Amino acid sequence: MTAPTDQNLADLSVDVLVIGGGNAALCAAIEARRQGASVLVVEAASKVYRGGNTRHTRNLRCAHDAGNEILTGPYPEDEFWDDLMRVTGGETDPELARLTIAQSKELWDWMTGAGVRFQQPLGGTLNLGRTNAFFLGGGRAMLNALYDSAEKMGVAFRYDTAATALDIEDGFFKTARIQGPDGPQVVRARALVTAAGGFEANIEWLTEYWGERARNFLIRGTPNNRGTILRMLLDAGVEPVGDPTQCHAVAIDARSPQFDGGIVTRLDCIIFGVVINNRCERFYDEGEDFWPKRYAIWGRLVADQPDQIAWIVFDEKAVGRFMPSVYPAISAPSLAELAEKLGLDPSALAAEIGRFNAAVVDGDFNTEIHDDCRTEGISPPKSHWARRIDSAPFHAYPVRPGITFTYLGTRVNHEARVLMQGGRPSANIYAAGEIMAGNVLGRGYLAGIGMTIGAVFGRLAGKGAARHVGN
Amino acid sequence: MSGTELQQDAERQITICNACRYCEGICAVFPALQMQRSFVAGDIDYFANLCHDCGACYHDCQFSPPHEFAINLPKTLAGVRQESYGRYAWPSALAPVFEKNGLVIAVIAALSVTGFLAGMIAWNAPGALFSAHQSPQGFYALMSHDAMVGLFGPVFVFSIFAMLMGLRNFWRDANAVRMVAGPAPASLWQAVRDAGSLRYLDGGGAGCFNEDDKPEDKRRLYHHLTFYGFLLCFAATSVGTIYHYGFGRVAPYAWWDVPQLLGTLGGLMLAAGTGGLMAAKKRRLPDLVDEGTKGMAMAFLLMLHLTAVTGLGLHILGGTAAMGLLLALHLGVVFALFLTMPYGKFVHGLYRFAALVRFAMAKRTGLKTRVVA
Repeated sequence: MTAPTDQNLADLSVDVLVIGGGNAALCAAIEARRQGASVLVVEAASKVYRGGNTRHTRNLRCAHDAGNEILTGPYPEDEFWDDLMRVTGGETDPELARLTIAQSKELWDWMTGAGVRFQQPLGGTLNLGRTNAFFLGGGRAMLNALYDSAEKMGVAFRYDTAATALDIEDGFFKTARIQGPDGPQVVRARALVTAAGGFEANIEWLTEYWGERARNFLIRGTPNNRGTILRMLLDAGVEPVGDPTQCHAVAIDARSPQFDGGIVTRLDCIIFGVVINNRCERFYDEGEDFWPKRYAIWGRLVADQPDQIAWIVFDEKAVGRFMPSVYPAISAPSLAELAEKLGLDPSALAAEIGRFNAAVVDGDFNTEIHDDCRTEGISPPKSHWARRIDSAPFHAYPVRPGITFTYLGTRVNHEARVLMQGGRPSANIYAAGEIMAGNVLGRGYLAGIGMTIGAVFGRLAGKGAARHVGN
Repeated sequence: MSGTELQQDAERQITICNACRYCEGICAVFPALQMQRSFVAGDIDYFANLCHDCGACYHDCQFSPPHEFAINLPKTLAGVRQESYGRYAWPSALAPVFEKNGLVIAVIAALSVTGFLAGMIAWNAPGALFSAHQSPQGFYALMSHDAMVGLFGPVFVFSIFAMLMGLRNFWRDANAVRMVAGPAPASLWQAVRDAGSLRYLDGGGAGCFNEDDKPEDKRRLYHHLTFYGFLLCFAATSVGTIYHYGFGRVAPYAWWDVPQLLGTLGGLMLAAGTGGLMAAKKRRLPDLVDEGTKGMAMAFLLMLHLTAVTGLGLHILGGTAAMGLLLALHLGVVFALFLTMPYGKFVHGLYRFAALVRFAMAKRTGLKTRVVA
């Protein structure tokens, strides 16, 4: 049997081909279809797992001049801008950032029009009730609504179907090879929207920057974000954006699945205890700051420890004081027995906890403020919320770096068209979502902004692609 | 946590839900579980009875099967719910009735109908069954009002008592570790409104799910027809009783009289509602169905449906020779329904209502951990 060539493959012809099946892809598909284009969406995942990392999201950040029945107050564009500058430290394309923020104002109505329902956050996330619109039932419910709307409009979907090659000549997209349950096919399309995510699930690619450490990383979202399309575009001469070595990494339960563990694997009990590596050594100030600042640094900290593993150790006083997570803590009546269970040296653990306990200065314990419970005379210190670990039983959670997304992407313009090396826009290739989020979010993280970028640029890409087809 | 296998699996899932919380806007179950950090068996039964089986959380969940976290609360809680009916049954010796519920109810219904038929033939003149429609006494010619009251009254009183005892068991277990307290009347009224409108059979406003992943299910409408149809039928009987004892007005009544109007309308609603629910049950997405609960649900729906259909039949054909047979059929079915009330799906309404009351109380005044002496 010979390998099939493009000549003898069944041909598919469509106005707009969308690669990817998450928020950005669906926004593009719906918008292009509304303008009258025929649209085919190819999604690498099966129907159950459709939607990439959008499945794990919960809300989108949107600017608005007045609150409504759900958003608790105004969130002016300037405040959104300030928030973005704060987390990125200015690593953003100001024109695209302004555009994202301005167009985020339309998203509430647009999403509602596409069948998405919002709710008020009830517990734990009240602080986002003004700035972020929460999806009723979460990201998968939101996706289901978008898919339903798109299907009713006549958007065609192929699940379990990956794009395996793109024929791009001098920045002009001609055809794509796809591989699905029915075998390989060639799709001819007049415009291409790439909304296929980043490369965080491609461990080999991560090792280019992180070395062997990356093999111990857990990926919080879809296993399909392997950066295949991103790589094809960059190889075809598209200009990259964003630091390739950077990714959003948080500390998650080490027992989590390799992929798709999502929100429930996060652990927010670090301030209640100490964090030790496999030599039973503390390595960073556990009481430095509040969530979410501490949230985003601990993944990186654990990545720098031997074997990329650490344990949060705490005592009975902390039980019930933090958000629960997917797996129960490992518990034992004494520190020595706990060390046995964790596979650590009992005497080393006892020595480190003893050193820590001896350094604790008593104060008024209060997790709402930077309290005065701290350590003295040890390095690293624990600046706040330090209490002796002395009330049996003792508990521990193992943690590893959990990668949420990567920053490397394709440079785009204000129409979501990708820019070729040298700055010339491609004639008919668009990008939206995580694959280009680095244009706006060059560093750091702001809750719900991934969905905002995806929706804004998804809509731009869909409109642009349909406009191109119409010309 | 100790408990049955199903309760333990529910607890595992609920712990994950408590870490996620994406579903907190869908129904009462999620806000209820978010009030706690750990769970005991009684809590799980409480959540299970608070669940209206709308199916939304299954389709919305990023961790539903085939994901290894295998979250499927509608199915798991349906299983726990059925188990819980047995756990709280009074007397507890009758708990096993819930295990082969479909079969037990069918046998009792058949025996009951046969009994009424045999009784009417044995106690009356030969051929009376087919000629009683011509008697001025109507169906009381076949079975006197006193005989009916004498037979149905005690059964009804016993069933009410048994169900109250079950309710007491449920409430005790739900409050074993964490108690609710405070102003019950306001919470009671809240629960009446929530139950009366089936507020939580609505996927949080998006609608509920049945055969596929589209929120276009009509079970809420069918349940309203069933429940309010049943209430109208009950009201018809109550008005008839008042007429009988209060005003000496004895059945049969004219078609335009209150008991007849209530009964006809109620019967039509009950027949349509139960028909819709049975059809919906057959179409239900297999992923959401706990096979062990199917028999009980179908048996209950069928009993209600037969009650409505035989009642309507009696109404339409009461003036024909079929009246005697239809009367035996109708009374037999209703008698079996009353007798098995505490030991079948009927109790779902009681426990769900109690769970709604508890949820309303917990929302108002919080949960208080019981101090164990």
